[in-house]
Amino acid sequence: MAKIKVEGLTKVFGKKPKRALELLEQNKTKDEILKETGNTVGVNKATFDVKDGEIFVIMGLSGSGKSTLVRLLNRLINPTAGKVWVDSEDLSTMDEKTLRETRRKKMSMVFQKFGLFPFRTIASNVEYGLEIQGMAKEERADKAQNALELVGLKGYENMYPEELSGGMQQRVGLARALANDPDILLMDEAFSALDPLIRKDMQDELIDLQNKMQKTIVFITHDLDEALRLGDRIMIMKGGSVVQIGTPEEILTEPEDEYVEKFVEDVDRSKVFTVGNVMMRAETINMDKEGPRVAMQRMKDAKISSIFVVNRERKLIGIVHADDVSRLMKEGKNSVEEVIDRDIPTTTKDTVLKDILELLTYKSNVPVAVVEDEKIKGIVVRGTVVAALSGSEVKLNGISS
Amino acid sequence: MEFLPRLPLADWIDAFVDWLKNADFIFDGLTSFIDVILTGLAGAIGILPSWILIIAFTALTFWFAGRKVGLAAFVLIGLLLLDNMGYWEDMVLTLAIVLTAAIISVVVGVPLGIWMAKKQAVEGTLRPVLDFMQTMPAFVYLIPAVAFFGIGEVPGVVASVIFAMPPTIRLTNLGIRQVSTEMIEAADAFGSTAMQKLFKVQLPMAKTTIMAGVNQTIMLSLSMVVIASMIGAGGLGTAVYYAVGRNDVGGGFEAGFAIVILAIILDRLTQSFSEGKD
Repeated sequence: MAKIKVEGLTKVFGKKPKRALELLEQNKTKDEILKETGNTVGVNKATFDVKDGEIFVIMGLSGSGKSTLVRLLNRLINPTAGKVWVDSEDLSTMDEKTLRETRRKKMSMVFQKFGLFPFRTIASNVEYGLEIQGMAKEERADKAQNALELVGLKGYENMYPEELSGGMQQRVGLARALANDPDILLMDEAFSALDPLIRKDMQDELIDLQNKMQKTIVFITHDLDEALRLGDRIMIMKGGSVVQIGTPEEILTEPEDEYVEKFVEDVDRSKVFTVGNVMMRAETINMDKEGPRVAMQRMKDAKISSIFVVNRERKLIGIVHADDVSRLMKEGKNSVEEVIDRDIPTTTKDTVLKDILELLTYKSNVPVAVVEDEKIKGIVVRGTVVAALSGSEVKLNGISS
Repeated sequence: MEFLPRLPLADWIDAFVDWLKNADFIFDGLTSFIDVILTGLAGAIGILPSWILIIAFTALTFWFAGRKVGLAAFVLIGLLLLDNMGYWEDMVLTLAIVLTAAIISVVVGVPLGIWMAKKQAVEGTLRPVLDFMQTMPAFVYLIPAVAFFGIGEVPGVVASVIFAMPPTIRLTNLGIRQVSTEMIEAADAFGSTAMQKLFKVQLPMAKTTIMAGVNQTIMLSLSMVVIASMIGAGGLGTAVYYAVGRNDVGGGFEAGFAIVILAIILDRLTQSFSEGKD
């Protein structure tokens, strides 16, 4: 069942929202409406579901309305039109008190610039949500402690936010949100203010936490890589409208329109990842002592149809294919020498994937050998490259990515 | 422009003030209220022998204003000098008037500032009033103050409050408005009530700015206390006022020094609070 259901959600900023709504009905664009009424369309008729326990990423550039949208989900901003249901309760018609209760119990928010209270200690920041519910001191201290342990910040309770690094501050922000034990976490560009390495750590940690806790997370980001790493499903927004909703793979492989396509293209993994990232262990035979029988056995064991051939010094000679080898076996030959294909594509560890894509498509049944000092270090096959480009984890044959 | 008759603005104001006098009971009530605070404070401060207060002030400035030995030494020597010149009792009275004015200013001004920050309309109305209060020559306040509150310390306090309260109101308003959206959103997103947001987030965030306003209020009321000596508010101001009347340069400067010493102590102390020591 959908945890959050959104239908026709629209936000118009400005003085004459009615007129702007009418124009939206006529499918006028954001710019036309701005020109005609002076109103800004923040979010334009967004409709989507967030499933229980998923990480739903809303991605868009600045001005795409993603931050407005997430604030409509807990009504920090009141919608101009449309509905939001949380657990089948209509948020848009809730009175102040019910809304407050919903915010206290069901949904917490994590902010881009952390939103920590500088005059409160770390523990007291984490306790804030519980404190305003009137929870007893010991009980909320307990819960805050648990939340801080969960994000790995035990021992920092009595420090102040400014004494902590950005990454740690955001952990506090996360702990504060978790202390309330909400079903839903709204994360507004939660990791955007962090530097890239810390950011990746936080992403991994969020995935770990999510595996433990199974919250419903709505995560806002402008970064496709982050979206692909975190999202169970991704919603792409542009100019206040929803452009596409889908799994990371769908977004990468079937972009709905030019905009998404350009987006996906912009964050080109093939220029970032190197052969070393996706290399697998190579199966080889030593032509100086091993014959067709060994070659065949090894191919069978590894379930492959060709195997690389090296000499005694482990220098790469070429490749042999299963059908040639079985012919040699029938002929009773003891060496594979005569069927070695010596004209094989090779590359080096530091080559970016972009530069070997051609090799892979052109001779797709033959893996590309990764060579260093004429010795084979590993191989690259089409499947792993594609997987890497679509953002999946790559861990193969004991060689880690 | 001579075809226009001269507007009888002064007559109108007089008529308005006369009409206001109908509300005598309110002013009488206010007078006794202010008098209670004032005599209470003056009594409380005056009951202690001067040497205890000198030590107490020195210690206070040392502890709160950044543990500066030089400043503490200045306070000690300054107060000893003040006592030596024979201005101790005047200083106590002046301090009581200033503190009374400051307390009233804070009690009235901070809520006004909060209201102003919350309601755009209130800000629109109050802003010109505050401008008026601050730019009108301070002497002018003395006239209606006498009309409503008679002469003595109480009208002095009233004139000080009118003249000195605006910074507290303004900076409370500013301080609350300056609290970042993300802080407000964080408070709201966790389900704070309006009161919880005010007391647990906005006021603590605005504390430094508000205290800067209180500091200015205290400084302004100190300057007003001197002016108010013209309507019989006692204290150090009277000494200055007399010295001016007698063309007594030496005596005037002596009393002036006493005021400066008191001003520096008050300034450093309230500034240290505004820098937020937690």
